[in-house]
Amino acid sequence: MPSKLKMCLTACLIASATVPLGAQGFAATKTKTAATTNANPRGQILALSCAGCHGTDGKSVGIIPSFYGKSPEYLESALKDFKSGARVSTVMGRHAKGYTDEEIHQIAQYFGTVWKKTK
Amino acid sequence: MSTNISRRDFNKLLLTGVAGATMGLFGGSGSAFAASRRVVVIGGGFGGASAAKYLKKLDPSLSVTLVEPKASYATCPFSNWVIGGLKTMPEITQTYAALARRGIVIVPEAAVSVDPVKSTVKLKSGKLLHYDRLVVAPGIDFKWDAYEGYSQGLADSSMPHAYQAGPQTVLLHKQLQAMKDGGTVLICPPANPFRCPPGPYERASLVAHYLKTNKPKSKVIILDPKEKFSKQGLFTKGWQRLYPGMIEWRGPAAGGKIVSVDGASMSVKTELETVKGDVINIIPPQKAGQLAFTLGLTDASGWCPVNPTSFESTIHKNIHVIGDACKAGAMPKSGFAASSQGKVAAAAIIRLLKGQEPVPPSLVNTCYSLLAPGYGISVAGVYQLSPEGITEIPGSGGLTPIDAADDQLEQEAMFAEGWYNNIVRDIWG
Repeated sequence: MPSKLKMCLTACLIASATVPLGAQGFAATKTKTAATTNANPRGQILALSCAGCHGTDGKSVGIIPSFYGKSPEYLESALKDFKSGARVSTVMGRHAKGYTDEEIHQIAQYFGTVWKKTK
Repeated sequence: MSTNISRRDFNKLLLTGVAGATMGLFGGSGSAFAASRRVVVIGGGFGGASAAKYLKKLDPSLSVTLVEPKASYATCPFSNWVIGGLKTMPEITQTYAALARRGIVIVPEAAVSVDPVKSTVKLKSGKLLHYDRLVVAPGIDFKWDAYEGYSQGLADSSMPHAYQAGPQTVLLHKQLQAMKDGGTVLICPPANPFRCPPGPYERASLVAHYLKTNKPKSKVIILDPKEKFSKQGLFTKGWQRLYPGMIEWRGPAAGGKIVSVDGASMSVKTELETVKGDVINIIPPQKAGQLAFTLGLTDASGWCPVNPTSFESTIHKNIHVIGDACKAGAMPKSGFAASSQGKVAAAAIIRLLKGQEPVPPSLVNTCYSLLAPGYGISVAGVYQLSPEGITEIPGSGGLTPIDAADDQLEQEAMFAEGWYNNIVRDIWG
């Protein structure tokens, strides 16, 4: 760990604790970082392509079902049903068969929570 | 707030990016942890615009610049609908206004060169753009010397390729409108690999739909150098049902291979005979877009080799190549694939800029083809990284069943439009 970094960070924390302007700056940075922190990178990479048909974050404008705002539990069970064929589909079964149950869980976790951060 | 920060706490902050961003507040821009990293994306098509959008969406602290000289982008997907008279050009034209509102800097000029050592892009005006990571999405270019007598001039005047949407699409549509009833339309697809493998055959279908409706004595002949083509069984069955006797496919053994073309007599010479056409659509063999060659990103194949996890060029460090121009293993060259690659590259770049390893990629393709209004088919693919590179996951993906009921075909036609409306918003919205 470069000591310069540590010193500078410590200086910032002192500054933010004592100077109102610095505090604001730190708070703003903190908020921004919270939005970009990626706690589920595997879920994200598995999920991003879904938006190619279902819309960004699962928000569809047309005939393709929207899943924006759905819970992780709902999404996981729907995807598993497409995979098994319990739920009849044109193309979803072909897609769902490309993922393990664990990957389906990750996708459901991603889309089941991403809308809470973007709404 | 504690002023005494432990090493473990600092590491935690560093991982979440707080430390880096805080450094930025104190002007440490030269530091490896500077707040605003610069990513430049060249090319505003399916791949490039997806990368730009998702870089900014997934990490709003990034400085993202999109270099694209054209003010708008006409999509190849659905351009066959325009050729067949089912859509108009404005309906398939996208702009960059929404991306600009998201905070992406749109630079409306051409990139002429890149200095991979100094990490700069030189624009046509002479201006330099500095980058930490560069994404290049140059699309395709044509091999104009593929057939004797063929040239870009011929494509622009009498034998349109209509394989980059825009004026070429309009030209082909107008030629169909001007053709006499009883005329012959020649469609001449290239050998593999090329952009949108089912494209020429969807085109034959929608041209036949237009002719059946407006000029029913006319016919379509496909001169094909390939033994087989994408969704062949589904197309062949659909043509028999929808356009009996109107579409004739000639493979290589039946004179599908073109040797030369002649604009004056509007004819194509194949290995077997000379075939005349009232409308001739030559889709020439392809290679990576010109910029990929200028930047030295191509190999002997004419396409760009990349690391399949990050889409970083294996030739130039810190430069990522996505879309039709790159070699993406089993993935077809399609708008959907390019967008999927753009997102994977964006996620990888964000991690790389934080000093993290990219996670293993997951890639998808879905291609709808319309054979007639209310008659759609599809192919899907889910791809992963294997020791052989990007490969399709066994047991997944595949085609619309050959015995699909009419209501499924009708649903797929509706989903084709639903797909288009969503993907263009996902990319340019």
